[in-house]
Amino acid sequence: MNTQSTPTRNGLRADLALIADWIAPGSRVLDLGCGNGTLLAHLQQTKHVRGYGLEIDPDNVIASVAAGVNVLQVDLDDGLAQFETNSFDYVVMSSAIQEVAAPNALLDDMLRIGRDSIVTFPNFAHWRLRTKIALRGVMPSSRALPNRWYDTPNIHLCTVRDFERLCQDKKAHIVRRHFVNHAHRAQAAMRLVPNLLCEIALYRLRDGRTG
Amino acid sequence: MSDHASPHSVGLVTPETLHVAAPMALDCGKQLCEFDLDYETYGTLNADGSNAVLVCHALSGNHHAAGRHQADDAKPGWWDKCIGPGKMIDTNRFFVVASANLGAYNGSTGPGSINPETGRHYGPDFPVVTVGDWVRAQNILRAHLGIETWAAVVGGSLGGMQVMQWAIDFPDRLRHAVVIASAPKLSAQNIAFNEIARQAIVTDPEFHAGRYYEAGVVPRRGLMLARMLGHITYLSDEAMRAKFGRDLRAGRIGYGFDVEFQVESYLRYQGESFVGRFDANTYLLMTKALDYFDPAYATGGDLAAAFGPATARFMVISFTSDWRFAPARSREIVDALVQAGKEVAYAEVASDLGHDDFLLTMPHYVNTMKAYMGRVAAEVGA
Repeated sequence: MNTQSTPTRNGLRADLALIADWIAPGSRVLDLGCGNGTLLAHLQQTKHVRGYGLEIDPDNVIASVAAGVNVLQVDLDDGLAQFETNSFDYVVMSSAIQEVAAPNALLDDMLRIGRDSIVTFPNFAHWRLRTKIALRGVMPSSRALPNRWYDTPNIHLCTVRDFERLCQDKKAHIVRRHFVNHAHRAQAAMRLVPNLLCEIALYRLRDGRTG
Repeated sequence: MSDHASPHSVGLVTPETLHVAAPMALDCGKQLCEFDLDYETYGTLNADGSNAVLVCHALSGNHHAAGRHQADDAKPGWWDKCIGPGKMIDTNRFFVVASANLGAYNGSTGPGSINPETGRHYGPDFPVVTVGDWVRAQNILRAHLGIETWAAVVGGSLGGMQVMQWAIDFPDRLRHAVVIASAPKLSAQNIAFNEIARQAIVTDPEFHAGRYYEAGVVPRRGLMLARMLGHITYLSDEAMRAKFGRDLRAGRIGYGFDVEFQVESYLRYQGESFVGRFDANTYLLMTKALDYFDPAYATGGDLAAAFGPATARFMVISFTSDWRFAPARSREIVDALVQAGKEVAYAEVASDLGHDDFLLTMPHYVNTMKAYMGRVAAEVGA
C-alpha cells in the first residue's frame, strides 16, 4: 500500500484520525458507511465511545463484526427514519455523501439525529480537476477521485462552495471546518482558497434551527 | 469416509435426559408436576465453565442438533452443517448444549407422554406451553450442568425467539444473544398459516379430540397437510421455481388429479415422512407457542421497553429470500435494540432458498457467524 496516498497516524487512516480528534470521549456515535469498522473500533478502544456503524457491503460487515463493532447492514438510501431525534452526540459520514441517492435528505436526517454532524467529501472544484475539464475536456479524475466516469460510485459530487451553500440553505451552523490534500495534510494556502486548493473537506455541523 | 467420522463432525453422540421432579408453574396458569428434558452436548466445558453455548431449536427440531446417534443413521442432527469442529459454532472452542423445548416431540415430556396423575396419555390435557416456559425449563438445565453464564445463546426462527426471551428473562445468564431468521412476534399472515395447519389436524377424523393414542391411530392426513403447508413457507418462490419449475413426473399432462407436478410429489413426500417422526398434538402446541410469542405484549407493544432488562450483546441475522420471517422483521428487532441503547450487530444475507437458509452455509452467513463467534470465544477465553 502506498503510504503517501494512505498516510496513518496512531495506526489510523489520516482522515479518520482527523475525525477522531473532533469526537469527545464517552460520546455516542453513529457512523454512516462505516467500512471495515476502523473508526468505531478505534473510538471504542481509545475514547470509550458507544456507537453503531451502518454499512451495506457484506465483506465490510463481516470485517466490522470481527472488529467488535455494532455494525448494522442497511442501505443509507433507505433513509434513517428508524433513528430517534437527538439520539447521538455525533453522526459521522466520511467520504460517502457523494455516493448516496439523496444527500440533501440524508443531511437533514444527520442534523436531526445527532447533536453534531461530521461530513467529509472530495472537493470537485480542486484546481487539478478544474484543469482537466477546462483544458482537456474530459471528466476529471484524481488521486482523491480515481474512478472513471462510467464506473464511479460517485453520483453526487460537490464542491466546498456547493456544500457551504447547502448548509446555509438548511441553516446548519458550521462549527468547524478543515481542508486537506489527498494525503490528508493541511497547507496554509488551503485555508485562504479552499475551493481551489483542498482535495478533501471536513465539516462539523450543528442544526442551526434548534441551536 | 462416512461423514460422522469426518474431522468436521462431532461424530457419534448420546442424548441425555434431565428429570425434573419439582413442579413447574407455566404461563398458562397450570403446572407440570414433573417432566423430562432431553439434551445433547458437543465439545468440552472449560475449567471455568465460561465456554458454554446453548442452541435452541425451531418448530420441528429437537435436542439432536449435530452428529449421529448411530453410525448408520440416515441423517445427522438438524444443524449439523453449522455445529462441529471448525464450523461456525466451533466445538473445538465451545461446549455446545442443544436442549429440547418443553413439550417437544421425541425429546421432552409432551402430549404423547403418560400423565402421572391419570395414568393416561396427556393428549389434549397437556398444558399449552410458551417460549417463556421453554426458557425457564432450559434455565433448570443450565443450573443442572453447573453453568453460571452462557457465552452465547443461539437460535434460528422459533429458536431465535427463545434467544430473545433468554436475554429479557435471564439477562445475567448470557453474554451474547444470536438471533437468526426470526421475528419479534408473528404477523397476522404467520398466524393464519398456523391456524390452517391446526385446522388440518383437528378436523382429521383420526384426531379423536387429541386422544388418538388411545384409539391406536394417528391423524396422518392432518399432520401431513400441516407439514406440506409449512414447507411452502420455508422456501422462496424463486427456490421452488429453480427446484421444481413446472416439471411433470410423467413428462406429460395427465388430465387428472393424481400427483403430476414434481412440486406436488415433493410436498407429499415431505408431509408423509413427517408423520413418521412427529406428533400431531405437539404440532398444535408448537404453533401456539409461536402465535403467543410477543415480548412487547407486557410493555404495551413497546419492543424497545421489552428489551430494557437485556444486557447481552446481540447479533441479528436475516436472509433476503426469507418471506416467512423477512428481513424487515429482523430490522424491527434491531431498531428496538438500538432504541433501547443495546449492543447489536445486524447482517442481511443475500440468499435464494428462503427461511430454511438459516440451516445452510452460504459464505456471507458462515463468515459473519465465524467473525461473531470468534469474538465471543476470545472474550470468554475459549
